[in-house]
Amino acid sequence: MPEHQINPNKWIDLYSDYLFNYTITRVRDRDTAQDLVQDTFFAGLKSMKNFKGEASERTWLISILKRKIIDHYRKINSKKGKAEVRVNFNSDSDNEGDWIEQRVADPFDKTAENNLENTELGLAIHNCMGKLPAKQAQVFKMKTVLNYETEAICNELNITASNLWVIIHRARTALASCLEKNWF
Amino acid sequence: MSNNKLFIPCSEAGHTCDKTQYNDASLWEKIKLNIHLIYCRACRKYTKNNGKLTKMMNNSELEFLKATEKDTLKSNFEKELSKHD
Repeated sequence: MPEHQINPNKWIDLYSDYLFNYTITRVRDRDTAQDLVQDTFFAGLKSMKNFKGEASERTWLISILKRKIIDHYRKINSKKGKAEVRVNFNSDSDNEGDWIEQRVADPFDKTAENNLENTELGLAIHNCMGKLPAKQAQVFKMKTVLNYETEAICNELNITASNLWVIIHRARTALASCLEKNWF
Repeated sequence: MSNNKLFIPCSEAGHTCDKTQYNDASLWEKIKLNIHLIYCRACRKYTKNNGKLTKMMNNSELEFLKATEKDTLKSNFEKELSKHD
């Protein structure tokens, strides 16, 4: 008996956000990311028989997605010579900044590192949000990520404001402790 | 507490703290929260963690599919699914 079952009917609800977040940090384009996620689900559907149940569904899908992302980069680089890296140190021919030393990256500028860290953080938050009860995750997402007004959420979900704040409070407490375990 | 207007219970402090994360708390509420924080260690800790969480959420560049995008994805997927079974 395999440990994990496969059930494609729930894929979109359960994994699409996670896969999308994973993709968009790697391809930086919404449309492409969407296509890749969709391709991944289709490919998963096709090779469902190969799912052995050794890994969880999500891990399995991510491994397909990884291949898809690599294929995507291969495709856009497939024209001969495109993959060649050409470094042009002096793009503008003005005399200013002619010295390569002047063009080295600022050591105090840590954006690249920060971005990398934040990407991983995004996935960690996704993981933790996945553990929340559905209602809490939904409300928290609407309020925090999508920045909805309190009233708008209340109207849409048919709850009172104090109800909402209790849900938010529980979600925040749970998230904070989950992230404390898995991130810090 | 002798003066209920100035000193609030922890439950209210937590509530105000959650609100401040979304800039929803009024000035008076924030004053009351800060007075509470002077003497309440547990709420100080909660406030600190809560602020950290907010900062992380802002930093993380979380991306979610929009509802419409999700719907297209879903309908496409269901078409494909019906082909398979």
